[in-house]
Amino acid sequence: MDLNEFVKLFAEQFDDTPAESFKADTNYKSLDEWSSLVALSVISMVDEEFEKRITGADIRNCTTIEELYNLVQSK
Amino acid sequence: MAFLEFKHVRIAGISAAVPKNVLKNEGDAVDSKDYDAEAFVKTTGVRERRIGNLTASDLCIPAADRLLQDLGWQKEEIEALIFVTQHPDYIVPVTSCIVQGRLGLSEDCYCDDSKHGCSGWVYGLSHVFSLVENGNIHKALLCVGDGKRSYTDQIDPLMGHACVVTAVEYCEKEIDVSYKFHFGSEGSSYDYVYIPEGGARHPFTIHSFDKVEIDGRMYSGMQPRMNGADTFSLGITVMPKSIKQLSEHFHFDYQDNDYFVFHQANYALNKMVMKKLKLDLSKCPMSLYEFGNTSSASIPMTIVTQLKGKIENKPTKLLCGFFGTGMTWGSMSMTTDNIVISELVEVENNN
Repeated sequence: MDLNEFVKLFAEQFDDTPAESFKADTNYKSLDEWSSLVALSVISMVDEEFEKRITGADIRNCTTIEELYNLVQSK
Repeated sequence: MAFLEFKHVRIAGISAAVPKNVLKNEGDAVDSKDYDAEAFVKTTGVRERRIGNLTASDLCIPAADRLLQDLGWQKEEIEALIFVTQHPDYIVPVTSCIVQGRLGLSEDCYCDDSKHGCSGWVYGLSHVFSLVENGNIHKALLCVGDGKRSYTDQIDPLMGHACVVTAVEYCEKEIDVSYKFHFGSEGSSYDYVYIPEGGARHPFTIHSFDKVEIDGRMYSGMQPRMNGADTFSLGITVMPKSIKQLSEHFHFDYQDNDYFVFHQANYALNKMVMKKLKLDLSKCPMSLYEFGNTSSASIPMTIVTQLKGKIENKPTKLLCGFFGTGMTWGSMSMTTDNIVISELVEVENNN
């Protein structure tokens, strides 16, 4: 999966934030809709698409969607 | 590998008791900076739950009385009682002894407690089955659940109070389909769900009341706290894995079950587990919508509230999956045999 596809899937975890708001360098935790509940959807998406287990610390320690993508790839 | 199999036991019956008092997750009921009640219900599925001022043992007594009556068992026949709770009546002694006294059971009764949380019913069953399997003990009760907390300054929108009693008996003749278990642990993750202070590692002090923010909610050192993301991540990984390990070890097709009863952690998590195991929602009953996450009681609460009337008259194959504090997880396969399921007991608050 390339970065663009990951950004698209990341955006799908949000209900109210328009898809065009999501870029590779988006600081996802600064989005109004971001919450610990959306984080659970992101964890599910990574599990489903990559079969990898990411932690709360992983999500906290990354700032942009690209950083999270790179972290998932490195697992 | 922690696989267990039992061939000389049966679950004779199950009963459950909950507080009569309903709390709904609506309006400003969810006290979080991070999300509101609507978003919380959408993700977790928990619309309401039962919360009262009754301890786990207060709930256990009427549930046990109802079950013994429905089964026609006499109190003096009960030779073992295991109590699983994270919120015992007292730090010392074990709650099982208190319940033995309150129920008026014989003094010839083996009593022990376990502190497991959401894994507690299946762990407790494995204890009771181990006591009963060789016929030394013929009839035993397993009581599981959590009621009023030992530190009550917290309204958690996820958790509900409930206690479930399971009656187990010895079968001299080998049963048709054995009970099969798998268990796993990851102790390095003990702090995913825990109460940090008040134990010997961090004894209670005045600073135990200081609050810290976790996922938008405030917790003191005496309150159970959960790292939601890590717990979720573990749950969606280990539950499907354990079910596959159990079915491979005992050579059965896990799809070949009538119902899949999972620990009722939250809806999003169970939906993910169902998807990974390719299970149909109609085969996965859930009690979390109306009762929340009822900790160790959640699997049998789901059996009592969702499967009563559907499984008593025919052998029914159930596959249960769970994970909880420890962290621990596992799965269990069972086939019901004329199981008695009591009506849900609703209990008024203590004055």
